[in-house]
Amino acid sequence: MNQQRRRVLISGNEATAEGGIAGGCRHFFGYPITPQNKIPEYMAEHLPPIGGVYLQAESELAAINMVYGAACAGARAMTTSSSPGISLMQEGLSYMLGSELPCVVVNMVRGGPGLGNVAVAQSDYWQATRGAGHGDGRCITLTPYSVQELHDFTAGAFEIADRYRNPVCVLADAILASMMEPCELQPRRELPPPVRPWAVGPHDPAERERNIVNSLWVDHNLMEAVNLRIEERYRQAAEEITDWEEFGSDDPEVLLCAYGISARICESAVGHAAEAGVRTRLIRPKTVFPFPRAPYAQWAERVEQMLVVELSLGQFVEDVLLSVNGRCEVDLLARTGGSMPTVADVVERIVQLARRAGGR
Amino acid sequence: MAELTLVNPYPDALTEVEMRYCPGCTHGTAHRLVAEVIDELGVKDRTVAIATVGCSVYAYEYFDMDAVQASHGRGPAVATGIKRVHPDSVVFTYQGDGDLASIGMAEVVHAAARAENFTIIFINNAVFGMTQGQMAPTTLLGQKTTTSPRGRTVPEAGHPIRICELLNTLDGAAFLAREALTTPQRIRSAKRSIKRAFETQLAGAGFSLVELLSICPQWWGMDVLEAIDHIEDTMIEYYPVGVFRDQLAKQEGGGHA
Repeated sequence: MNQQRRRVLISGNEATAEGGIAGGCRHFFGYPITPQNKIPEYMAEHLPPIGGVYLQAESELAAINMVYGAACAGARAMTTSSSPGISLMQEGLSYMLGSELPCVVVNMVRGGPGLGNVAVAQSDYWQATRGAGHGDGRCITLTPYSVQELHDFTAGAFEIADRYRNPVCVLADAILASMMEPCELQPRRELPPPVRPWAVGPHDPAERERNIVNSLWVDHNLMEAVNLRIEERYRQAAEEITDWEEFGSDDPEVLLCAYGISARICESAVGHAAEAGVRTRLIRPKTVFPFPRAPYAQWAERVEQMLVVELSLGQFVEDVLLSVNGRCEVDLLARTGGSMPTVADVVERIVQLARRAGGR
Repeated sequence: MAELTLVNPYPDALTEVEMRYCPGCTHGTAHRLVAEVIDELGVKDRTVAIATVGCSVYAYEYFDMDAVQASHGRGPAVATGIKRVHPDSVVFTYQGDGDLASIGMAEVVHAAARAENFTIIFINNAVFGMTQGQMAPTTLLGQKTTTSPRGRTVPEAGHPIRICELLNTLDGAAFLAREALTTPQRIRSAKRSIKRAFETQLAGAGFSLVELLSICPQWWGMDVLEAIDHIEDTMIEYYPVGVFRDQLAKQEGGGHA
């Protein structure tokens, strides 16, 4: 494989799949669900010829538990799905959190609740950031906003999962999944077997004791100790991998807050608002757990008004509110169920807010 | 005086941790048979045991080898993941009737259909033991449990499921047997089937499962001998013992023809 980055026109789904392979994933387990079917199709085509495993599971329940097994065995394992399927994986993810196992899960979010639809949505934000299933763990959650970032974040997610021994969720959406953009593909990493002293499998008993992968701690003191150990890794992750991007005026009247596809709309809105005479700046989280609280907290001291744009009815805004902690006004432009605001909708709201702020 | 020799020493593949099973329970017998087979085949260092949810939830403490705890019913999916990463490993799940025949039915059927190359030890005692005696998918008609207090009836709860017969419709199943942990003779037969199942896996022939009819004196409300009689007199009638599928024998037979 050419070690140069190859620039191609590619869909978000395919860029995600190739990102997984580039990141060292050679074991993929999945179950079909729209709008992410191109990922398993890509893996089915590309993994076996390079000695990898593609397996179509009988359900998302089975898929995530196959990922669990592969992770127990020390592999870089991955699954992808969309909202209803990700719901079914919550129990398995909870077991992976409790057993301190790395894996990568991509969620191409679609409209819900229920069967919903296959249109764009961001309404799985709480599920992605507040935990996975039951218990006290949380998934590290990355929020790409372009095909390039889908590719790069998915590739990089394996290192993060390994470093913190925790599932990493790449939280994207139906539009990012399907749209095509130019993308520089990373070379496919050929990894030496990762050092995983905790993994199970054939071994020389002279070299190590037997390994047990487990999340059962009947002694509540042990269970608490495990949870605190995991919590400490989240603290560490907050220091080391919290990431965001800022874009726009250095002296904004309205600060825009959005992630993923909403941030793409807001990026356009920054320029159009300037034409309408309003200075804005966008803060776009690339990680939402850990959440970049610092930039929101800092800007809250300097602006009167923030505007949150999200494709869910007030989920992401809660993290902004927690960061801002009452230091400025926070307005919400929310669409749901597969609908999305236009750039003009966002600009119109920005202008209204700027006038209101100017009037105070 | 003749010198005494221990002809059947404690298996290397079992830890000496005190088991939490109820007095009289046959889980201990089943564990021992599996451990003896693993020792005899010399594969302990490449075996991964998968404990599931039920009375045997602590199996990873008793089997002295690499082990994984799986969520309820998902043992075969976890086994699939491990085996696909390490095809040279020996993998077995240890599942009860609630885990395998109720919540985990999809996983066991599909693992068998895919001819996944691992072994399942299936404990059928016709009752949910750990949760204290509720009806299982394998509970016999008329059998009283805490959730079929007047005895299982067809209009209320349908019919018990025969797992070996069900899996015997699938081409991917290479070895299927039902045994009963009652008499010394039957227990020796059970060990032969368990060994055959692991040999099937070692030969790469596909999916193998041994169902073990087991007693649950606690939740059957019987003493041990009554419980053993209950298997002999009642359970075996509905769940006939024997080897349902032996792909290796077929291949071997073919070789000699």
